Amino acid sequence: MSSITYLEAIRLAQLRALKEDPRVFIYGQDIGVFGGAFKATKNLAKEFPGRVLDAPISEDAMVGLAIGAAVEGMRPIVEMQFADFSTCGFNQIVNQAATLHYRTGTPCPIVVRLPSGGTPGSGPFHSQSMEAIYAHYPGLVVMTPATVEDAYTMLLEAVELEDPVIFCEHKFLYYHLKAESLPATVGEALPFGKARIARPGRDATIVAYSAMVHEALAAAEELIQDGYDIEVVDLRTVRPIDTDTILASVARTGRLLVVGEAWPWGGVAAEVIARVATEGFGLLDAPPQRLNAKETPVPYHPALWGTHRPTASSVANSLRQLLEL
Amino acid sequence: MLEARLLEEKLAALYRSGKIVGGVFLGRGQEALSVALGVHLRRGDIYAPLIRDQAGRFAFGDTILDTLRTYLGSSLGSMRGRDGNIHRGRPSEGYHAMISHLGAMVSTVCGGLVAKRFRGEKGAVGATCIGEGGTSTGSFHEGMNMAAVENLPLIVVVANNQYSYSTPNDRQFACSDLLSKATGYGVAGHRAIGNNLIDCLAVIGEAVAAARRGEGTQLVVADLLRLVGHGEHDDASYIPEAMKKSPLGRDCLELARQSLIEQKWLSDDEAGSWHEAVEKEVEETASKVLREPAPDPSEEDWNAFASPSLGRNP
Repeated sequence: MSSITYLEAIRLAQLRALKEDPRVFIYGQDIGVFGGAFKATKNLAKEFPGRVLDAPISEDAMVGLAIGAAVEGMRPIVEMQFADFSTCGFNQIVNQAATLHYRTGTPCPIVVRLPSGGTPGSGPFHSQSMEAIYAHYPGLVVMTPATVEDAYTMLLEAVELEDPVIFCEHKFLYYHLKAESLPATVGEALPFGKARIARPGRDATIVAYSAMVHEALAAAEELIQDGYDIEVVDLRTVRPIDTDTILASVARTGRLLVVGEAWPWGGVAAEVIARVATEGFGLLDAPPQRLNAKETPVPYHPALWGTHRPTASSVANSLRQLLEL
Repeated sequence: MLEARLLEEKLAALYRSGKIVGGVFLGRGQEALSVALGVHLRRGDIYAPLIRDQAGRFAFGDTILDTLRTYLGSSLGSMRGRDGNIHRGRPSEGYHAMISHLGAMVSTVCGGLVAKRFRGEKGAVGATCIGEGGTSTGSFHEGMNMAAVENLPLIVVVANNQYSYSTPNDRQFACSDLLSKATGYGVAGHRAIGNNLIDCLAVIGEAVAAARRGEGTQLVVADLLRLVGHGEHDDASYIPEAMKKSPLGRDCLELARQSLIEQKWLSDDEAGSWHEAVEKEVEETASKVLREPAPDPSEEDWNAFASPSLGRNP
C-alpha cells in the first residue's frame, strides 16, 4: 500500500464521515471545487455534491451556521483556512458552542478544524497554536493529533462526539508525516481522551502533543548517547487531559519536561505542570520544567522561526539541564 | 401584547422588590413589532428572539410560567438557573436561546435553515430580531451576507428604537436609512411602522410569506421608541422629552386597543376583562414560582460537556 500523509488521513477521515453519516457536511473557505487551501477536501465536493460548501470569508458566521445546523441534528465540520483566523470566529466558539449544552441541555456536536502551528516562512498570522485558548473554556474538546493514525481516527471520533471539538491539525506534519496504512476501527488502539506512551523510558518524562511529539522523540534519541532513557507521552487531546497517564509516567521517571509549540503563559504546558505539582508533587525528584515558543509573535524568517519554536536540539538541552537538577 | 406588557410590569415590580436574581430588560413600546413576527411563525420554524421580544416569545409558544421561572431563577425553569432572564429558549424545539453578543443569532438561524434544506423540509422559515445598534456588529453583517448567499428563508426584523442603550443613532451609523442595507446585502427590504400593530402584522406577514414562498432573505426595519430604559436599572434620561412626545413615542398597546375598539372588534368591557384575566394569571403564576426551589449547588453536576465520558475532571 502506498504511504498516506497526515493531510491525506484528514481528507480520508472526512470522506469516510461523509460516506457513513448523512448528517455530516463540511463548510469552509475554498473547500468546494478548489479542495481547500491545503487540499484537505480534494475531490470531496465532487464525490458528495452539495455537502462540501464554500463559505464566504466570515469565520464568525461559519461557526454560527454550524451551531444552528448541529442544533437541528446535523454534524457539521468547519474548516478554518488557518487556525489563526479562528479568532474571527472566537465569539461563536466560546460563547455559543461551548455554553449551549450547559445552558439549554441541547448538545452542540460541531467540529472546527484548525490548520495549526508554524511552518517556515509563514509569519505571525499563519503559524499560531490556539489550543490553550480554546481548552480554557469548559464545554470544548480540544484534540491535537501527532500521528497519521490519530489524525484519521481522532477526526472520526470528533464527528461522533456530542460536544464541540476544536481539532488542531498541524500544518508542519501535513506532508512530512506518513504511515503505511490507516486503522479500520476507531478507538481500538486508545480510547478517546487517553494519552499515548510514544516512547517508554525511565530517566525523565517529556509530555508533548502535536508536532512537538516528534521533536521530543528526536531529542530522546539524542539522549541515548548520553546514557539516558527518556519517556515521551503524547497527550493526543489537551482537553480532556489524561492526568493519570502523565502522573503514572512521572511516577516511573521522577522528572518532567513539558514541551509545547505555543506560548508558555497560561498554556497547556503550564496546566500539565500545575496538575503534576498539585497531584504528584511527591513523585518529583526535580522541579518540573517546561519548554515553549519564545514570547514574541511567530517570526517570518525561517532562521528566526527555527529558534522561536522548540526543536529536537533545544528539547535535548532542556532535558540535559533537567537531568542535572 | 397584553400578556407581555402585564408580565413585564410584574417583572419590574419584582425587580424593585429585590426578588429577581439578575437584570430585567423590558420591551415596553416594542410589543406590536415583536408579536407581529411571533404570530406569523409556526411549529417547525426557527425563532431566535432578542432582548425586547417577550410578546413574540409568547406568540411563538413560550409561557408566563417559564418566563417567570427563568427570571426568578427557579430550578424548574427551562434554564435551571444556569442562565436567566432573556437568555431563554429550547433550541431543540426551534426556539433559540440568545447569547448577549449582538448579531450572533443571525448565522445560527441560518444554520438551522441549512439543516432543514439538507433534510428536504420545505416551507419552514427562520426569524430573528435585533436592534439598530446590533446592525453595527460584524456578526450581523456576516450573518446577513451568508443568508443572502445561501438564499435562505430568513426574516430579520430590526427594531430601530433610536438608542442603543444610551447611544443615539447619529453615533451608531451614518447611513440615512437602515433599510438601504437590504440593497447592500441583496435581500428584500420591508418597512413597518413600529408602533402600529396592524401595519406590523401586514408588513411582517408579507415578509414571512415571501420567505416561505422561496423568495429568500427578508429584512424588515421598523422605527419606534422603547418606552423604558435599556434595563430596569436605567431611567432613560438620555431620551429627549420631545422625542417621547413625537408620534414615535406613542404606545403601541394603547394604539392597538384604540384601533380595535374603533373597528368594533373589541369593546371596552372585553378589553377590561382581558386585562383582568391576564393580570390574574400573572399574579397567580408569580406567587407559585416564588415558592419554587432555587437551584441547589450541591445537586449540580458542574459538567459543561454533553458526552457522558467527559463528566469529571476533564
